[in-house]
Amino acid sequence: MNPLDIGELIRERFPSEVKAVHEFRGQVSVIIKKEKIKDIMRFLKESPELDFDFLEDLCGVDYLGRKDVRFEVVYHLFSMRHRHMIRIKAEVPEDDCKIDTVTDLWKGANWHERECFDLFGIVFTGHPDLRRILLPEDWEGHPLRKDYPLKSDLGELEWKGFKEVLEVAEKNKIYEMKGT
Amino acid sequence: MEEELRQLETRELTINMGPQHPATHGVLRLVLDLDGERVVRCTPHVGYLHRGTEKLAESKTYLSALPLTDRLDYISSMANNVGYCVAVERLFGIEPPERAKFIRTMMFEMTRISSHIIWIGTHALDIGAMTVFLYSFREREWLLDLFEMVCGARLTVSYPRIGGVRNDVTQEFLDSLYKFTEEFPRRIEEYETLIDQNRIWLKRTKGIGVLSAEEAINWGLTGPMIRGSGVPYDVRKFAPYDAYDKVDFEVPTGKNGDVYDRYRVRMEEMRQSNRIIRQCIEKLPKGPIMAPDAPKFTLPPKDNILRNMEAMIHHFVLVTKGPLSAPEGEIYSAVEVPKGELGFYFVSDGTGRPYRMRLRSPSFVHASVLPRLCEGHLIADVIANIGTIDIVLGECDR
Repeated sequence: MNPLDIGELIRERFPSEVKAVHEFRGQVSVIIKKEKIKDIMRFLKESPELDFDFLEDLCGVDYLGRKDVRFEVVYHLFSMRHRHMIRIKAEVPEDDCKIDTVTDLWKGANWHERECFDLFGIVFTGHPDLRRILLPEDWEGHPLRKDYPLKSDLGELEWKGFKEVLEVAEKNKIYEMKGT
Repeated sequence: MEEELRQLETRELTINMGPQHPATHGVLRLVLDLDGERVVRCTPHVGYLHRGTEKLAESKTYLSALPLTDRLDYISSMANNVGYCVAVERLFGIEPPERAKFIRTMMFEMTRISSHIIWIGTHALDIGAMTVFLYSFREREWLLDLFEMVCGARLTVSYPRIGGVRNDVTQEFLDSLYKFTEEFPRRIEEYETLIDQNRIWLKRTKGIGVLSAEEAINWGLTGPMIRGSGVPYDVRKFAPYDAYDKVDFEVPTGKNGDVYDRYRVRMEEMRQSNRIIRQCIEKLPKGPIMAPDAPKFTLPPKDNILRNMEAMIHHFVLVTKGPLSAPEGEIYSAVEVPKGELGFYFVSDGTGRPYRMRLRSPSFVHASVLPRLCEGHLIADVIANIGTIDIVLGECDR
């Protein structure tokens, strides 16, 4: 099916949820509100003419100061049978940083959602095991947010694990070869 | 006596496999809860190699972010480079010339072979067939020498460029590669004679780590993992990039979705890659290796910069600001790297740096399926399962 038609189909079915449909280089993004994300995703997965059985990717984007709603959770869906693709973008405001999980529809969403939580701090309600995945458990902050510094000069506030490594390295200096 | 035995307490034992375990192919850590030799729960821990590639790319121009992709899947860096370039080209709307497309396709398939060679060597080594490793690395050496011949690097190549490739291939390179393609099918047979009829190999791989087609799709698996379960999903066929629509090849699939079928799929893939390389050499068209609008995306040659003012301005702008013609928009572009589907999702805000670069790495998704494969099976099968998903942690942790 033509991707723009898919966008229109979603708009027809959920008129109050769809905020905009964009096209760029043949790829269509549908921007939606986050409240009914599960219903929309279930509709996309289970209606036979769409049949989006494959969740290619799930990630977050931070639009700090560029859009009214700060975060977007982006889903890339693909249909094995019909071979069409669509991008769903759900808006997640900063003061209510939560969205429903889709792990019960696609099991592959599990780690993607954990990663999104880890790097953006977006909470996926109903997720079976929402822990940090790439960063250590006691890490503070969410690095892919735009207000998180690329280089930090934290000093005392530096992550505990890194400080330990530095201490060990300092101690081991006594074993270093002295120049002759 | 029996009464006594019955009163003995049984409890689960938790062991740590990794992060420094040779069979985990990197720094993967699995926490296994065992009941005797049976795995009750398997919890993978990843992230030991996290370098923040996505965050780093946001501060780099489109040109200087290319070497970051080398360090993702470091045994198939050429494939990552091509994937990155294809994604940026689609974002900017550039069309590389035919010759560059064929060269890239050729390099891509060389990478696939060299990656699968490492996989068969280490996978067999883990399961106990050591000899394969010694044979397979002989061919990998040949391919790495070829990479060195064309771009000077063996592992972190950074050879493709946005809009083409860095330099043209020589006749010497093509001759050596052609000789390789003549030789290689016999070498694949050599590996197969070592393990194909081997009873231990068959026992350790058949019926282990079974995934049905529906499950494989639901888990979002790609590459040989999904094809082993009988789904012919291949980005090269579904959404062709570079010269894949101009070469003839088949997509091998398995039936049972077990470790053995995925082994067969990858072996067959090597043969198909060999075919593609051969066709690329035979069909290689003459012409430029850079798109005509490439000065906007590629640094001009050094002697030009020193003599020509225009070239120097181009150089200055490209290094400090990046390509200025970036459109506002977003694009998801995928390529079929040896491990599966590598996707790049770019959000561009019209400046020379990507606003957001998301990497959909196949190893990350494949590592997430490990608990499903391992739970309920023996601890020895965990090793076979880690081998069959063929993960590289550099790509998984990004």
